[in-house]
Amino acid sequence: MKYLLLIWAGLWRKKTRTILTMLSIIVAFLLFGLLQGINQSIKAGLGDTSNNRLWTTSRMSAINSMPISLMDKMQTVKGVRTIAHLSFFGGYFQDAKNAISAFAINVDGVATVYPELNITQAQIDAMKTTRPGALIGRPLAQKYGWKVGDKIPLGTTIWTKKDGSNNWAFDIIGIFDPSPQFANSPLGSAFWINYDYWDETRQFDNHRVHQFITQIDDPKQATAISSAIDKLFENSPDETRTQSENAALQAQLKEFADIDFIANSIVGAVMFALLFLTANTMMQSVRERIPELAVLKTLGFSGGAVSALVLTESAILCLIAALVGLLLASFAIGAVGSVLGAGTIPPVVILEGIVIAVLLAAISGLPPALRAQRLNIVDALAER
Amino acid sequence: MSTLVSLHNVVKRYKRGKQSVEVLHGVNLSIEQGEFLALMGPSGSGKTTLLNLIAGLDQPTEGEVTVAGERIDRLSGGKLAKWRARHIGFVFQFYNLLPVLTAARNVEVPLLLTNLSSAKRKQNVRAVLELVGLADRATHKPSELSGGQQQRVSIARALVADPTLLVCDEPTGDLDRENAEEILKLLQMLNRDQGKTIIMVTHDPLAADHASRTLHVDKGRLVDTAVRSAA
Amino acid sequence: MNIRSLPQRVGTSSVVVIGIAGVVAVLISVLAMSTGLIRTMQKTGPVNRAIVVRTGSSTELVSVLTNDAALAIADSAGVKKGADGHPLASREGLLIVNVMKRDGTEAVAPFRGFTQTGFAVHPEIKLVKGRLFQPAVAEMIVGKSAQRLYSGLDVGSQVKLRGTTWTVVGIFESGGNARESELIADLQTLNSAYQRGNGSQSVLVVLDSPNGFQTFKDAITTNPQLQVDVATEKEYGTQQSDRISKILSIVAYVVGGIMAVGAIFAALNTMYSAVSARAREIATLRAIGFGPMPVVVSVFVEALLLAMVGGSIGALIAWLLFNGHSVDTNGGGFGGQLIFDLAVTPTLVTLGIIWACVIGAIGGLFPAIRAARLPVATALRAV
Repeated sequence: MKYLLLIWAGLWRKKTRTILTMLSIIVAFLLFGLLQGINQSIKAGLGDTSNNRLWTTSRMSAINSMPISLMDKMQTVKGVRTIAHLSFFGGYFQDAKNAISAFAINVDGVATVYPELNITQAQIDAMKTTRPGALIGRPLAQKYGWKVGDKIPLGTTIWTKKDGSNNWAFDIIGIFDPSPQFANSPLGSAFWINYDYWDETRQFDNHRVHQFITQIDDPKQATAISSAIDKLFENSPDETRTQSENAALQAQLKEFADIDFIANSIVGAVMFALLFLTANTMMQSVRERIPELAVLKTLGFSGGAVSALVLTESAILCLIAALVGLLLASFAIGAVGSVLGAGTIPPVVILEGIVIAVLLAAISGLPPALRAQRLNIVDALAER
Repeated sequence: MSTLVSLHNVVKRYKRGKQSVEVLHGVNLSIEQGEFLALMGPSGSGKTTLLNLIAGLDQPTEGEVTVAGERIDRLSGGKLAKWRARHIGFVFQFYNLLPVLTAARNVEVPLLLTNLSSAKRKQNVRAVLELVGLADRATHKPSELSGGQQQRVSIARALVADPTLLVCDEPTGDLDRENAEEILKLLQMLNRDQGKTIIMVTHDPLAADHASRTLHVDKGRLVDTAVRSAA
Repeated sequence: MNIRSLPQRVGTSSVVVIGIAGVVAVLISVLAMSTGLIRTMQKTGPVNRAIVVRTGSSTELVSVLTNDAALAIADSAGVKKGADGHPLASREGLLIVNVMKRDGTEAVAPFRGFTQTGFAVHPEIKLVKGRLFQPAVAEMIVGKSAQRLYSGLDVGSQVKLRGTTWTVVGIFESGGNARESELIADLQTLNSAYQRGNGSQSVLVVLDSPNGFQTFKDAITTNPQLQVDVATEKEYGTQQSDRISKILSIVAYVVGGIMAVGAIFAALNTMYSAVSARAREIATLRAIGFGPMPVVVSVFVEALLLAMVGGSIGALIAWLLFNGHSVDTNGGGFGGQLIFDLAVTPTLVTLGIIWACVIGAIGGLFPAIRAARLPVATALRAV
């Protein structure tokens, strides 16, 4: 602790240089924290092992529909608890530009399979008694200022009614408040309508649904149960594709972009440049202080002691700056994160950051530390 | 008066590229405790090399160096460093103070190698700064002190751990006449009143006048002159 | 002393070069994705075309047009007539199918249905291998990007799509536009294989004059039988790629911006070092009588030169590594993976070098000012 004095002296030998180097490190770790924070956050969300839902769609394509009767057979598979079904209604409110995520569902099924949506029993009952009823998410209600009791007309380009028109109308019987993690997802701002009403009223594709979401007893059985379900419909005209919700989301994301690769590449490039910068700074700093380090040696500090000083300087510089950078990153993620579905910086990223900072300090501090240890007092003083 | 420093047939050779240069040719020397010795000679004579050997900053190629009863030519690395911390106080021509630290902090540095408590360290620093007459400048940084003052801080630092031997390499080389005189008077005081053994390398005969004995070094050999009693 | 300091100076100078090279490389690479995407989506063809879809359809996939509607559209004013006197209007169907990428991951690809008029309306489609499909047979041709990305689409291979087996009989290119990511078959065959009735998703028409779009649009929108949206093909392409290209631009500038700030600090560090290393030279020049300006200019210019070298290296890296690199994404309503090439254009390279210069300028400015203000006496004494 008392050597802190000397370390401090070493760091602030050239104030500007130390500050600028620290700023560079802070920026690098800010970027690291942001990129990896978002990357890992998304991965973590997708790796949630407690997720006990399976998605089933038509094997041919996700837009294809399947007979609703498949549900009965699926229920016979061991480990299956409740099955919800969703069908895409789509639709728009007043103007084609106001697209609404309307889905025709079995309300009790969805409420059980997605407890995070916080759908109440009262709302389920109300949906059952009001055939053209609609249950909407709070975010959607707020967007259009809708209240319970409002009658909402929805237009659609796809679903023609049996009477030949495309104009549907629904009565809002309830507004649900989804949990924070679902608040920004399509499910959280959904416009749920009764499947029965929709099926009876539409002109075509009757008795068919687009997706089954199955809640299972044990998340660890996800793969096994998925195969079992698909096996039921193998070689039939309605082959299915079942996978865990996480796997499905991950596949969707991968279709968009290989985010992992991009994040890692950028971080790699930045860290390389940073290593170069820091190593250079440390070398320079030690080079300029050779006479002072020689003096310390004359005073009785051993070679080991002097090199330890240099390494500690490097460590303090890198660690403090890295921590500041990571802190800034976690603020940034907190502020912007909700948009991307990532609220906080995952602890594993902070840990990774610290490890990298330590490596940075070690690699950039080692050559100058060795130089300090080996320096010959007489030669060093003579160079003066 | 006991012998504090004893050199026996000391030879020092340096390698300059492929050639080997012999700087000291079999030096024999004895220094008593309480002496104020001046080593004089032209540049390149080997006087600084001799000083470095006595102070344990360098090792002889051949021969024996005994200081304070210890064969320091046999010590190496960490042991030598420890020995130096305990026995040697070094004063440089260019002061070599750490620019970021205050005078008091600079003086404190050698004490960091001891087990003294923070309070005790500060006490010793204060005492030694008073001794050199700079107690009121304790919080000043080297850049805020004159050359003479910086050298006094340097001397204080050399003294603070109560070393056996004070070793000075051209201590007045960078100072004007007036400041040089003050420093030399200080050294004399330390020798006479505090009984400090001082070995000083200098090329200035006026500086050497302040010492109790002068030895000349020329082309790697010692040339003795009369011992002078304390002036 | 100067020569001894050179290796140190090379070390410090290369810090700036490497730092700036990194910033520029990342910036250009990400923007190259956006540029490549927009290019592909906006590359339409040698003829002026407009696309018609059902009102409110965000993408072709959710649009449904009846046969009657398609006929009405084809007969509208503004549509060019072919050599045989029939309107150059192509009724097109679109659905998505599951395919496997060569790397083993699953993906979806757009499967388009053409009538005979289709090829007249899209003259840029040219077969590079094999032959065209026969009507009423389950044959298809695939775009060359699709053939490259997905496995099992070589000429002669058979592939099962949504339960029906199709034979690949040809590979086509179409001037680098979105069609090259698609599979094309006969519309009627497609519709009957998948029980889609007689409808289609869109109608593509060739406009009869360079300014014919307005005429066509008016004719379409005033027809009470039609509930459709119409846009030039280029506008439509821009719309589809808008969201992703915006996201890419934001990523490029945010990440690039943060990196640039870091590079500025690094540049400042280097230049301050350079100035203090040469403090004595500078002071000597000043003592001799040179004013502060030459000093400022020399420091500033050094910083700019280093930055330009760094920027050029960064642009070169981006170009070498990523130009022409194939990427695919399904982030818009493309109806499947859209395959496009990253385009490191001269514009992007210029942009990158300008960024580099800005970084270098800021990094050199402050040290240059400090160099000018150096108190001559102190600097001369400094050892």
